[in-house]
Amino acid sequence: MTAAAKITAMGLADRAKRAAKVASEYADKVDVEGRFPAEGMNALKAERLMGVMIRPEFGGEGATLTEIADICAILGQACSATAMTYAMHQIQIASLADYAVGGAWHEAFQQRICDEQLLIASATSEAGIGGNLRNSICAAEVEGDTVRLTKDATVISYGANADAIMVTSRRHAEAAHSDQVATIFLKDQYTLEQTSKWDTLGMRGTCSDGYIFKAEAPAEQTLPRPFAEIAAQSMLAVSHLLWGALWYGIAADAVARSQSFVKAAARKSPGQVPPGALRLAEASSLLQLVKANVVAGLKQFEGCKGDSDALNAMSFSVAMNNVKIGTSQTILTIINHCMLICGIAGYKNGTPFSLGRHLRDAHSAQLMISNDRILGNTSTMLLVNKQDTSLLG
Amino acid sequence: MKQTIRTLLAKHGNLPVSIDDVADGADLYDAGLSSFASVQVMLALEEEFDIEFPEHLLNRKSFSSIDAIDAALTEILKEQAA
Repeated sequence: MTAAAKITAMGLADRAKRAAKVASEYADKVDVEGRFPAEGMNALKAERLMGVMIRPEFGGEGATLTEIADICAILGQACSATAMTYAMHQIQIASLADYAVGGAWHEAFQQRICDEQLLIASATSEAGIGGNLRNSICAAEVEGDTVRLTKDATVISYGANADAIMVTSRRHAEAAHSDQVATIFLKDQYTLEQTSKWDTLGMRGTCSDGYIFKAEAPAEQTLPRPFAEIAAQSMLAVSHLLWGALWYGIAADAVARSQSFVKAAARKSPGQVPPGALRLAEASSLLQLVKANVVAGLKQFEGCKGDSDALNAMSFSVAMNNVKIGTSQTILTIINHCMLICGIAGYKNGTPFSLGRHLRDAHSAQLMISNDRILGNTSTMLLVNKQDTSLLG
Repeated sequence: MKQTIRTLLAKHGNLPVSIDDVADGADLYDAGLSSFASVQVMLALEEEFDIEFPEHLLNRKSFSSIDAIDAALTEILKEQAA
Protein backbone atom coordinates (compact mmCIF):
# COMPACT_ATOMS: atom_id res chain seq x y z
CA MET A 1 0.00 0.00 0.00
CA THR A 2 1.41 3.38 -0.98
CA ALA A 3 1.57 6.21 1.56
CA ALA A 4 -1.19 8.07 -0.32
CA ALA A 5 -3.40 4.98 -0.33
CA LYS A 6 -2.84 4.52 3.40
CA ILE A 7 -4.05 8.06 4.05
CA THR A 8 -7.08 7.83 1.81
CA ALA A 9 -8.12 4.61 3.55
CA MET A 10 -8.86 6.71 6.63
CA GLY A 11 -12.06 8.71 7.11
CA LEU A 12 -12.26 12.24 5.73
CA ALA A 13 -13.18 13.79 9.09
CA ASP A 14 -10.19 12.16 10.83
CA ARG A 15 -7.83 13.44 8.15
CA ALA A 16 -9.41 16.91 8.42
CA LYS A 17 -8.98 16.92 12.18
CA ARG A 18 -5.26 16.15 11.85
CA ALA A 19 -4.84 18.98 9.34
CA ALA A 20 -6.90 21.27 11.58
CA LYS A 21 -4.55 20.60 14.48
CA VAL A 22 -1.64 21.92 12.41
CA ALA A 23 -3.69 24.88 11.12
CA SER A 24 -4.75 25.82 14.63
CA GLU A 25 -1.15 26.10 15.81
CA TYR A 26 -0.46 28.79 13.22
CA ALA A 27 -3.85 30.54 13.19
CA ASP A 28 -2.79 33.54 15.29
CA LYS A 29 0.45 33.96 13.40
CA VAL A 30 -1.32 33.83 10.02
CA ASP A 31 -3.80 36.42 11.29
CA VAL A 32 -1.25 38.82 12.77
CA GLU A 33 1.08 38.64 9.77
CA GLY A 34 -1.78 38.58 7.22
CA ARG A 35 -0.04 35.80 5.36
CA PHE A 36 -1.08 32.69 3.45
CA PRO A 37 -1.88 29.80 5.82
CA ALA A 38 0.86 27.64 4.32
CA GLU A 39 1.14 25.19 7.22
CA GLY A 40 -2.60 24.43 7.28
CA MET A 41 -2.81 24.12 3.50
CA ASN A 42 0.26 21.87 3.36
CA ALA A 43 -1.31 19.69 6.05
CA LEU A 44 -4.48 19.41 3.95
CA LYS A 45 -2.36 18.39 0.97
CA ALA A 46 -0.49 15.83 3.09
CA GLU A 47 -3.88 14.39 4.06
CA ARG A 48 -4.75 14.23 0.32
CA LEU A 49 -7.86 16.36 0.87
CA MET A 50 -7.58 18.75 -2.10
CA GLY A 51 -9.33 16.65 -4.73
CA VAL A 52 -11.59 14.39 -2.69
CA MET A 53 -14.79 15.70 -4.33
CA ILE A 54 -13.52 14.70 -7.78
CA ARG A 55 -14.94 11.45 -9.17
CA PRO A 56 -12.92 8.28 -8.49
CA GLU A 57 -12.36 7.69 -12.21
CA PHE A 58 -10.37 10.93 -12.32
CA GLY A 59 -8.38 10.21 -9.17
CA GLY A 60 -10.73 11.62 -6.52
CA GLU A 61 -12.76 9.95 -3.82
CA GLY A 62 -16.23 11.11 -4.93
CA ALA A 63 -16.84 12.89 -1.63
CA THR A 64 -20.20 14.61 -1.26
CA LEU A 65 -20.61 18.32 -0.62
CA THR A 66 -21.89 17.41 2.84
CA GLU A 67 -18.58 15.70 3.60
CA ILE A 68 -16.64 18.71 2.32
CA ALA A 69 -18.81 21.00 4.47
CA ASP A 70 -17.92 18.87 7.49
CA ILE A 71 -14.22 19.37 6.70
CA CYS A 72 -14.81 23.13 6.40
CA ALA A 73 -16.56 23.19 9.79
CA ILE A 74 -13.65 21.28 11.37
CA LEU A 75 -11.13 23.70 9.81
CA GLY A 76 -13.24 26.73 10.77
CA GLN A 77 -12.79 25.80 14.40
CA ALA A 78 -9.02 25.84 13.93
CA CYS A 79 -8.04 28.58 11.47
CA SER A 80 -10.54 30.61 9.45
CA ALA A 81 -7.99 31.47 6.76
CA THR A 82 -7.17 27.80 6.13
CA ALA A 83 -10.88 26.96 6.19
CA MET A 84 -11.80 29.75 3.77
CA THR A 85 -8.94 28.96 1.39
CA TYR A 86 -9.97 25.31 1.40
CA ALA A 87 -13.67 26.20 0.93
CA MET A 88 -12.96 28.55 -1.97
CA HIS A 89 -10.77 25.92 -3.61
CA GLN A 90 -13.57 23.37 -3.24
CA ILE A 91 -16.03 25.76 -4.93
CA GLN A 92 -13.82 25.53 -8.06
CA ILE A 93 -13.52 21.76 -7.64
CA ALA A 94 -17.31 21.40 -7.47
CA SER A 95 -17.65 23.36 -10.72
CA LEU A 96 -15.03 21.18 -12.39
CA ALA A 97 -16.32 17.89 -11.04
CA ASP A 98 -19.86 18.57 -12.22
CA TYR A 99 -19.45 20.82 -15.24
CA ALA A 100 -16.18 19.85 -16.86
CA VAL A 101 -16.63 16.19 -17.61
CA GLY A 102 -16.49 14.83 -21.13
CA GLY A 103 -13.61 17.07 -22.18
CA ALA A 104 -10.17 15.43 -22.27
CA TRP A 105 -8.26 18.43 -20.97
CA HIS A 106 -10.50 19.04 -17.97
CA GLU A 107 -10.63 15.37 -17.05
CA ALA A 108 -6.83 15.12 -17.19
CA PHE A 109 -6.62 18.32 -15.15
CA GLN A 110 -8.83 16.83 -12.45
CA GLN A 111 -6.49 13.84 -12.32
CA ARG A 112 -3.58 16.27 -11.89
CA ILE A 113 -5.37 18.07 -9.04
CA CYS A 114 -5.63 14.76 -7.20
CA ASP A 115 -2.13 13.48 -8.04
CA GLU A 116 -0.33 16.74 -7.30
CA GLN A 117 -2.80 18.13 -4.73
CA LEU A 118 -3.13 21.39 -6.66
CA LEU A 119 -4.72 24.54 -5.20
CA ILE A 120 -7.21 26.33 -7.48
CA ALA A 121 -8.14 29.99 -7.05
CA SER A 122 -10.78 32.01 -8.87
CA ALA A 123 -10.92 35.45 -10.42
CA THR A 124 -14.52 36.63 -10.74
CA SER A 125 -14.43 40.16 -9.30
CA GLU A 126 -13.41 42.85 -11.73
CA ALA A 127 -12.87 46.59 -11.60
CA GLY A 128 -15.98 48.37 -12.87
CA ILE A 129 -18.58 45.69 -12.08
CA GLY A 130 -18.45 45.54 -8.31
CA GLY A 131 -18.96 42.16 -6.72
CA ASN A 132 -21.50 40.83 -9.20
CA LEU A 133 -19.90 37.62 -10.42
CA ARG A 134 -22.51 37.25 -13.15
CA ASN A 135 -21.06 40.19 -15.04
CA SER A 136 -17.76 40.59 -16.84
CA ILE A 137 -16.14 43.41 -18.72
CA CYS A 138 -13.06 41.55 -19.90
CA ALA A 139 -13.51 39.29 -22.92
CA ALA A 140 -11.79 36.11 -24.04
CA GLU A 141 -9.85 36.59 -27.28
CA VAL A 142 -9.83 33.32 -29.13
CA GLU A 143 -7.46 33.04 -32.05
CA GLY A 144 -7.22 29.60 -33.57
CA ASP A 145 -6.56 27.18 -30.71
CA THR A 146 -5.40 29.87 -28.31
CA VAL A 147 -7.32 31.95 -25.78
CA ARG A 148 -5.90 35.21 -24.42
CA LEU A 149 -7.31 37.14 -21.50
CA THR A 150 -6.47 40.26 -19.52
CA LYS A 151 -8.52 41.00 -16.43
CA ASP A 152 -8.35 43.82 -13.89
CA ALA A 153 -9.20 41.51 -11.02
CA THR A 154 -9.93 43.50 -7.88
CA VAL A 155 -9.64 40.37 -5.76
CA ILE A 156 -7.97 37.01 -6.33
CA SER A 157 -7.91 35.21 -3.00
CA TYR A 158 -4.61 33.37 -2.45
CA GLY A 159 -3.84 34.22 -6.09
CA ALA A 160 -0.10 34.30 -5.51
CA ASN A 161 -0.16 30.83 -3.91
CA ALA A 162 -2.48 29.07 -6.35
CA ASP A 163 -1.42 26.47 -8.90
CA ALA A 164 -4.21 27.46 -11.29
CA ILE A 165 -6.94 30.10 -11.48
CA MET A 166 -10.46 29.79 -12.87
CA VAL A 167 -11.24 33.11 -14.54
CA THR A 168 -14.57 34.42 -15.77
CA SER A 169 -14.86 36.62 -18.83
CA ARG A 170 -17.27 37.49 -21.59
CA ARG A 171 -17.39 34.76 -24.22
CA HIS A 172 -15.98 37.09 -26.91
CA ALA A 173 -15.50 40.81 -27.49
CA GLU A 174 -19.06 41.35 -28.76
CA ALA A 175 -20.81 39.29 -26.08
CA ALA A 176 -23.17 40.84 -23.49
CA HIS A 177 -21.75 41.37 -19.98
CA SER A 178 -23.70 38.38 -18.70
CA ASP A 179 -22.69 36.03 -21.55
CA GLN A 180 -19.76 34.55 -19.67
CA VAL A 181 -17.39 31.60 -19.79
CA ALA A 182 -14.93 30.29 -17.21
CA THR A 183 -11.41 29.30 -18.21
CA ILE A 184 -8.79 27.44 -16.22
CA PHE A 185 -5.33 28.94 -16.50
CA LEU A 186 -2.27 27.15 -15.12
CA LYS A 187 0.40 28.96 -13.13
CA ASP A 188 2.89 28.99 -16.00
CA GLN A 189 0.25 30.40 -18.37
CA TYR A 190 -0.42 33.67 -16.54
CA THR A 191 1.24 36.66 -14.93
CA LEU A 192 -0.06 38.56 -11.93
CA GLU A 193 0.78 42.20 -11.43
CA GLN A 194 -0.34 43.18 -7.95
CA THR A 195 -2.56 46.26 -7.79
CA SER A 196 -3.82 46.19 -4.19
CA LYS A 197 -2.92 44.63 -0.88
CA TRP A 198 -5.30 42.66 1.32
CA ASP A 199 -4.82 44.44 4.64
CA THR A 200 -8.15 43.87 6.36
CA LEU A 201 -10.00 43.65 9.64
CA GLY A 202 -10.31 39.87 9.47
CA MET A 203 -9.82 36.87 7.20
CA ARG A 204 -6.36 38.30 6.82
CA GLY A 205 -4.75 35.06 5.71
CA THR A 206 -6.81 34.61 2.55
CA CYS A 207 -4.46 37.16 0.95
CA SER A 208 -7.19 38.38 -1.40
CA ASP A 209 -4.96 40.86 -3.20
CA GLY A 210 -5.93 42.61 -6.42
CA TYR A 211 -4.06 41.87 -9.65
CA ILE A 212 -3.90 42.60 -13.32
CA PHE A 213 -4.22 39.07 -14.64
CA LYS A 214 -2.77 38.34 -18.07
CA ALA A 215 -2.89 34.90 -19.60
CA GLU A 216 -2.58 32.85 -22.74
CA ALA A 217 -3.54 29.19 -22.97
CA PRO A 218 -4.98 26.55 -25.30
CA ALA A 219 -8.64 27.39 -25.95
CA GLU A 220 -9.72 23.91 -24.83
CA GLN A 221 -9.12 25.04 -21.24
CA THR A 222 -12.36 27.06 -21.34
CA LEU A 223 -15.16 25.17 -19.62
CA PRO A 224 -17.62 23.91 -22.21
CA ARG A 225 -20.78 24.93 -20.33
CA PRO A 226 -21.86 28.60 -20.01
CA PHE A 227 -20.72 30.19 -16.74
CA ALA A 228 -24.34 31.30 -16.13
CA GLU A 229 -25.28 27.66 -15.71
CA ILE A 230 -22.30 26.84 -13.49
CA ALA A 231 -22.94 29.88 -11.29
CA ALA A 232 -26.66 29.24 -10.95
CA GLN A 233 -26.53 25.48 -10.44
CA SER A 234 -23.32 25.03 -8.50
CA MET A 235 -21.16 27.96 -7.53
CA LEU A 236 -23.67 30.08 -5.60
CA ALA A 237 -25.17 27.22 -3.63
CA VAL A 238 -21.81 25.57 -2.95
CA SER A 239 -20.35 28.91 -1.78
CA HIS A 240 -23.18 29.58 0.64
CA LEU A 241 -23.09 26.05 2.04
CA LEU A 242 -19.32 25.72 2.45
CA TRP A 243 -18.94 29.23 3.82
CA GLY A 244 -21.89 28.58 6.12
CA ALA A 245 -20.17 25.44 7.37
CA LEU A 246 -16.88 27.17 8.13
CA TRP A 247 -18.65 30.16 9.70
CA TYR A 248 -20.44 27.67 11.90
CA GLY A 249 -16.96 26.37 12.79
CA ILE A 250 -15.74 29.83 13.82
CA ALA A 251 -18.79 30.36 16.03
CA ALA A 252 -18.54 26.82 17.44
CA ASP A 253 -14.96 27.45 18.55
CA ALA A 254 -16.01 30.73 20.16
CA VAL A 255 -18.76 28.90 22.06
CA ALA A 256 -16.30 26.18 23.11
CA ARG A 257 -13.90 28.83 24.44
CA SER A 258 -16.62 30.63 26.36
CA GLN A 259 -17.84 27.33 27.76
CA SER A 260 -14.34 26.61 29.12
CA PHE A 261 -14.41 30.07 30.66
CA VAL A 262 -17.75 29.44 32.39
CA LYS A 263 -16.61 25.99 33.52
CA ALA A 264 -13.39 27.38 35.00
CA ALA A 265 -15.43 30.00 36.88
CA ALA A 266 -17.83 27.32 38.14
CA ARG A 267 -14.92 25.26 39.49
CA LYS A 268 -13.55 28.23 41.37
CA SER A 269 -16.89 28.96 43.08
CA PRO A 270 -18.62 25.66 43.82
CA GLY A 271 -22.34 25.92 44.46
CA GLN A 272 -22.72 29.13 42.45
CA VAL A 273 -23.78 29.43 38.82
CA PRO A 274 -21.26 31.74 37.09
CA PRO A 275 -22.72 34.97 35.65
CA GLY A 276 -21.91 33.97 32.07
CA ALA A 277 -23.74 30.64 32.25
CA LEU A 278 -27.07 32.02 31.09
CA ARG A 279 -25.51 33.75 28.11
CA LEU A 280 -23.71 30.51 27.27
CA ALA A 281 -27.08 28.74 27.17
CA GLU A 282 -28.32 31.42 24.76
CA ALA A 283 -25.20 31.11 22.60
CA SER A 284 -25.63 27.33 22.52
CA SER A 285 -29.19 27.72 21.30
CA LEU A 286 -28.13 30.14 18.56
CA LEU A 287 -25.28 27.86 17.51
CA GLN A 288 -27.77 25.04 17.10
CA LEU A 289 -29.87 27.30 14.85
CA VAL A 290 -26.85 27.96 12.64
CA LYS A 291 -25.99 24.27 12.50
CA ALA A 292 -29.58 23.35 11.61
CA ASN A 293 -29.62 26.02 8.92
CA VAL A 294 -26.48 24.71 7.24
CA VAL A 295 -27.44 21.05 7.58
CA ALA A 296 -30.93 21.68 6.13
CA GLY A 297 -29.33 23.56 3.23
CA LEU A 298 -26.94 20.68 2.57
CA LYS A 299 -29.80 18.20 2.66
CA GLN A 300 -31.72 20.25 0.12
CA PHE A 301 -28.65 20.58 -2.11
CA GLU A 302 -27.91 16.85 -2.06
CA GLY A 303 -31.59 16.16 -2.81
CA CYS A 304 -31.46 18.40 -5.90
CA LYS A 305 -28.03 17.33 -7.12
CA GLY A 306 -27.96 16.35 -10.77
CA ASP A 307 -31.49 17.67 -11.30
CA SER A 308 -30.96 20.88 -13.26
CA ASP A 309 -34.63 21.86 -12.97
CA ALA A 310 -34.51 21.63 -9.18
CA LEU A 311 -31.18 23.49 -9.00
CA ASN A 312 -32.55 26.22 -11.27
CA ALA A 313 -35.76 26.65 -9.30
CA MET A 314 -36.31 29.98 -7.62
CA SER A 315 -37.32 28.26 -4.39
CA PHE A 316 -33.87 26.60 -4.29
CA SER A 317 -32.10 29.95 -4.75
CA VAL A 318 -34.24 31.51 -2.03
CA ALA A 319 -33.36 28.66 0.34
CA MET A 320 -29.61 28.90 -0.36
CA ASN A 321 -29.68 32.69 0.01
CA ASN A 322 -31.41 32.22 3.33
CA VAL A 323 -28.69 29.84 4.51
CA LYS A 324 -26.13 32.55 3.82
CA ILE A 325 -28.08 35.43 5.37
CA GLY A 326 -29.10 33.56 8.51
CA THR A 327 -25.68 32.07 9.13
CA SER A 328 -23.64 35.20 8.49
CA GLN A 329 -25.84 37.32 10.73
CA THR A 330 -26.22 34.87 13.59
CA ILE A 331 -22.55 34.01 14.05
CA LEU A 332 -21.88 37.65 14.94
CA THR A 333 -24.54 37.55 17.64
CA ILE A 334 -23.09 34.29 18.96
CA ILE A 335 -19.50 35.50 19.10
CA ASN A 336 -20.62 38.74 20.71
CA HIS A 337 -22.37 36.69 23.38
CA CYS A 338 -19.17 34.71 23.87
CA MET A 339 -17.23 37.96 24.25
CA LEU A 340 -19.63 39.09 26.98
CA ILE A 341 -19.14 35.75 28.71
CA CYS A 342 -15.34 35.82 28.61
CA GLY A 343 -15.04 39.56 29.28
CA ILE A 344 -11.56 41.01 29.13
CA ALA A 345 -10.06 37.52 28.74
CA GLY A 346 -11.99 37.26 25.49
CA TYR A 347 -11.21 40.79 24.35
CA LYS A 348 -7.50 40.40 24.99
CA ASN A 349 -5.26 38.59 22.52
CA GLY A 350 -3.13 35.65 23.60
CA THR A 351 -5.39 34.11 26.25
CA PRO A 352 -7.06 30.68 25.94
CA PHE A 353 -10.34 32.62 25.72
CA SER A 354 -9.32 35.22 23.10
CA LEU A 355 -12.12 35.95 20.66
CA GLY A 356 -10.87 38.99 18.76
CA ARG A 357 -9.78 36.93 15.75
CA HIS A 358 -13.09 35.06 15.68
CA LEU A 359 -15.09 38.28 15.81
CA ARG A 360 -13.00 39.99 13.15
CA ASP A 361 -13.07 36.96 10.84
CA ALA A 362 -16.82 36.56 11.35
CA HIS A 363 -17.44 40.14 10.23
CA SER A 364 -16.38 39.16 6.71
CA ALA A 365 -19.37 36.83 6.42
CA GLN A 366 -21.91 39.58 5.77
CA LEU A 367 -19.69 41.13 3.10
CA MET A 368 -18.52 38.11 1.10
CA ILE A 369 -21.24 38.59 -1.50
CA SER A 370 -22.90 41.46 0.32
CA ASN A 371 -25.92 40.47 2.38
CA ASP A 372 -27.71 43.53 1.02
CA ARG A 373 -27.18 42.27 -2.54
CA ILE A 374 -28.45 38.81 -1.56
CA LEU A 375 -31.46 40.21 0.28
CA GLY A 376 -32.23 42.36 -2.78
CA ASN A 377 -32.02 39.27 -4.97
CA THR A 378 -34.26 37.23 -2.64
CA SER A 379 -36.78 40.05 -2.35
CA THR A 380 -37.09 40.14 -6.14
CA MET A 381 -37.69 36.38 -6.27
CA LEU A 382 -40.28 36.59 -3.51
CA LEU A 383 -42.38 38.84 -5.74
CA VAL A 384 -43.33 35.72 -7.66
CA ASN A 385 -42.06 32.77 -5.66
CA LYS A 386 -44.29 31.57 -2.85
CA GLN A 387 -42.51 31.06 0.46
CA ASP A 388 -42.12 27.37 1.30
CA THR A 389 -44.25 27.00 4.41
CA SER A 390 -43.83 23.26 4.87
CA LEU A 391 -41.78 21.95 7.77
CA LEU A 392 -40.12 19.01 6.07
CA GLY A 393 -39.86 20.49 2.56
CA MET B 1 -48.80 35.52 -27.85
CA LYS B 2 -45.15 35.77 -28.87
CA GLN B 3 -45.75 39.37 -29.92
CA THR B 4 -47.13 40.18 -26.45
CA ILE B 5 -44.09 38.48 -24.89
CA ARG B 6 -41.84 40.59 -27.09
CA THR B 7 -43.69 43.78 -26.14
CA LEU B 8 -43.36 43.02 -22.43
CA LEU B 9 -39.71 42.02 -22.81
CA ALA B 10 -39.04 45.32 -24.58
CA LYS B 11 -40.79 47.21 -21.78
CA HIS B 12 -39.49 45.35 -18.72
CA GLY B 13 -36.56 43.22 -19.91
CA ASN B 14 -34.00 46.01 -19.75
CA LEU B 15 -32.01 44.28 -22.49
CA PRO B 16 -28.88 45.96 -23.86
CA VAL B 17 -30.01 44.96 -27.36
CA SER B 18 -33.27 45.55 -29.24
CA ILE B 19 -35.77 42.73 -28.75
CA ASP B 20 -36.27 42.74 -32.53
CA ASP B 21 -32.71 41.44 -32.85
CA VAL B 22 -33.37 38.49 -30.55
CA ALA B 23 -34.66 35.33 -32.24
CA ASP B 24 -37.48 33.34 -30.66
CA GLY B 25 -35.08 30.52 -29.77
CA ALA B 26 -32.14 32.71 -28.64
CA ASP B 27 -30.92 32.58 -25.03
CA LEU B 28 -32.29 35.65 -23.26
CA TYR B 29 -29.73 35.49 -20.46
CA ASP B 30 -26.92 35.54 -23.00
CA ALA B 31 -28.66 38.53 -24.55
CA GLY B 32 -28.31 40.27 -21.19
CA LEU B 33 -31.56 39.49 -19.33
CA SER B 34 -30.86 39.83 -15.59
CA SER B 35 -32.66 37.77 -12.98
CA PHE B 36 -34.24 40.98 -11.65
CA ALA B 37 -35.55 41.87 -15.11
CA SER B 38 -36.83 38.33 -15.66
CA VAL B 39 -38.96 38.65 -12.53
CA GLN B 40 -40.28 42.01 -13.72
CA VAL B 41 -41.23 40.44 -17.06
CA MET B 42 -42.84 37.55 -15.19
CA LEU B 43 -44.93 39.97 -13.10
CA ALA B 44 -45.96 41.82 -16.26
CA LEU B 45 -47.01 38.53 -17.88
CA GLU B 46 -49.00 37.57 -14.78
CA GLU B 47 -50.78 40.91 -14.94
CA GLU B 48 -51.35 40.77 -18.71
CA PHE B 49 -52.76 37.24 -18.78
CA ASP B 50 -54.28 37.23 -15.28
CA ILE B 51 -52.34 34.14 -14.31
CA GLU B 52 -49.85 33.04 -11.65
CA PHE B 53 -46.67 31.16 -12.46
CA PRO B 54 -46.74 27.86 -10.56
CA GLU B 55 -43.74 26.75 -8.52
CA HIS B 56 -42.48 24.24 -11.08
CA LEU B 57 -42.18 26.93 -13.75
CA LEU B 58 -40.29 29.40 -11.56
CA ASN B 59 -36.84 28.57 -12.86
CA ARG B 60 -34.26 29.85 -15.28
CA LYS B 61 -35.33 27.48 -18.02
CA SER B 62 -38.88 28.89 -18.29
CA PHE B 63 -37.37 32.26 -19.10
CA SER B 64 -34.39 31.21 -21.15
CA SER B 65 -35.95 32.19 -24.51
CA ILE B 66 -39.09 33.66 -26.05
CA ASP B 67 -40.01 30.12 -27.12
CA ALA B 68 -39.60 28.89 -23.54
CA ILE B 69 -41.78 31.69 -22.13
CA ASP B 70 -44.35 30.92 -24.81
CA ALA B 71 -44.33 27.22 -23.84
CA ALA B 72 -44.68 28.07 -20.14
CA LEU B 73 -47.59 30.43 -20.80
CA THR B 74 -49.30 27.90 -23.04
CA GLU B 75 -49.01 25.32 -20.27
CA ILE B 76 -50.41 27.69 -17.63
CA LEU B 77 -53.30 28.85 -19.82
CA LYS B 78 -54.14 25.26 -20.72
CA GLU B 79 -54.19 24.25 -17.06
CA GLN B 80 -56.36 27.25 -16.25
CA ALA B 81 -58.87 26.39 -18.97
CA ALA B 82 -59.11 22.78 -17.76
